[in-house]
Amino acid sequence: MSAPVSALREPLITGQKTYHAITEDICSPTEKTPTTAWVIAFICAVSGLALYVFSVTWTIWVGIGSWNLNRTINWGWDITNFVWWVGIGHAGTLISAILLLFRQKWRTGVNRAAEAMTIFAVICAGQFPLIHMGRIWLGFFILPYPNTRGPLWVNFNSPLLWDVFAISTYLTVSILFWYTGLVPDFATVRDRAKGLRRKIYNFVSFGWTGSAKHWQRWESLSLVLAGLATPLVLSVHTIVSFDFATSVIPGWHTTIFPPYFVAGAIFSGFAMVQTLMLTTRKVLKLEDYITLEHIDSMNKVILATGSIVGVAYLTELFIAWYSGYIYEQFAFYNRVMGPYFWSYIGMMGCNVLSPQIFWSKRMRRNLFVTFLMSIFVNIGMWFERFVIIATTLARDYLPTSWSYYSPTWVEVCIFIGTLGLFSTCYLIFIRVAPVVAVAEVKGILKNGGDQYVGPKANQSHH
Amino acid sequence: MNQVPSQILFGLYHDEEVLLQAVREARSRHLEIDDVYSPFPVHGLDNVLGLTESRLHVAGFIYGLIGALTGFLFMTWVFTRDWPIIFGGKPYFSAPSFIPITFEMTVLFASVGMVVTFYTICGMGPGVTNPTLDDRITDDKFCIAFTLGESGKEEEDNLRRFFKETGAEEVHVKNC
Repeated sequence: MSAPVSALREPLITGQKTYHAITEDICSPTEKTPTTAWVIAFICAVSGLALYVFSVTWTIWVGIGSWNLNRTINWGWDITNFVWWVGIGHAGTLISAILLLFRQKWRTGVNRAAEAMTIFAVICAGQFPLIHMGRIWLGFFILPYPNTRGPLWVNFNSPLLWDVFAISTYLTVSILFWYTGLVPDFATVRDRAKGLRRKIYNFVSFGWTGSAKHWQRWESLSLVLAGLATPLVLSVHTIVSFDFATSVIPGWHTTIFPPYFVAGAIFSGFAMVQTLMLTTRKVLKLEDYITLEHIDSMNKVILATGSIVGVAYLTELFIAWYSGYIYEQFAFYNRVMGPYFWSYIGMMGCNVLSPQIFWSKRMRRNLFVTFLMSIFVNIGMWFERFVIIATTLARDYLPTSWSYYSPTWVEVCIFIGTLGLFSTCYLIFIRVAPVVAVAEVKGILKNGGDQYVGPKANQSHH
Repeated sequence: MNQVPSQILFGLYHDEEVLLQAVREARSRHLEIDDVYSPFPVHGLDNVLGLTESRLHVAGFIYGLIGALTGFLFMTWVFTRDWPIIFGGKPYFSAPSFIPITFEMTVLFASVGMVVTFYTICGMGPGVTNPTLDDRITDDKFCIAFTLGESGKEEEDNLRRFFKETGAEEVHVKNC
């Protein structure tokens, strides 16, 4: 039986795999004792997590005064980090939901890890607005619950409240989507395990049997969840951009923000997926499932979204000039030439200029270049949020209140700490769960495996 | 499926194409298939088996509608009836600014509702143990299962012949 063979498409699974070999390759890392590389990485990650706990405790104990925010610049590293982390999360949903709707088969190799990344990134993002409240024990005030003060409700007209709903819905839906995909794979791990391990995986696999009717419902559920997650992911970063765009601050009050933020989010998210995938495939020896073809495809997305972001930056500058509105013009002059010019250069260099290297196919398939670029893009996107937030606030309407802001050690440590929080979660994930979607990869073996679509396909199978 | 202790006769196949062929054959011989198990969703299996389309998405639509109404009507009630406040000179009933939360509530209700419904109708949930026929079904084996009824030997021989003719690698009997 021959699968539809395309001369143009490269195989997505290499190494002449059988179904059993796929199970073996992907499940075995969860069954062995951790490698030295993993242990070292885990120690580093947990140290970062400890730093996070310490610096957050410090912030709550001492108060927001331990940060360098002032009356002029009241959003600094905290909100920059919040937007950065939310943005990173978006690639996971893009890969799992939007590419599912577009029937892009290469997603199966990377969707599981990317979705996990989404969840962990959103968890990291959620920390910042909460810590920023100062009195975190009153954090429940953001929820509309019946209270004894009237009841006095929250302001449903405020983009900051929309954010509460958007981020919490996003986290919930991402977890549901991810876990529903994991259930059949947990069942695979369960059926290979013995003793206590079997009991644990039996608990988490929810009694999955692989019945035809269950698979049919499972596919229907995945498709509808993808259909819901697609507008959701676009809405989340749109709403994050509303935090700025609905204000009356020159430089923030622009209608270009929603699409520009969404493109930037996908851009930074794909960069983070690359960083994680390049290390994961190497450490867990998954080169046959996360192939150069996958990396090439993701680099194309990085190139496209990076260029969209570049067009957005230039459009902003043009519109500022064209509007003839002096406050808007000053805001953008200040971004490029003001006291934070270095962050503008960092943003332009990392986000717009450097990804242009990916026009070359050789560069897209070079692991070292890809890894370096993924780091560059993440730095660049962090700068972008910093440029938008701090630079704009530093020069407001009254020159008497102009100010400059640089973070204290507490703010820096919280940021490094969330990297620790993120890595700890990710490292635990790759130990306990199949890091590639086993069932979905098996489903594309016949039209993506090299023994079926590769150059030798005809000799070996007819 | 049924709670009465019964015997299950099942055959394991090594490939989904062979499985599909076998299911077609079983249907044409009017053998009553109890269930088919596979390690991944086999394309076209539901048609061959004659499964009706899942109505899960209809449930999802209803949940989404409930979510949308809950969100929108609640905000409307708060801002027009319970505690009207003027924000930024806008009217109490400022529908456009209710849209983002209404949308999020739609997605939230639809997703949570569908996932809960899915696990409930499939008889799954945290810690649930459903009997499985063979450990390799979640790995690389495709399984067709029949319930052995009262008629006994003759029926079993017939089914065993079917498995042999359709290329099953192994045939087993299990008490469930």
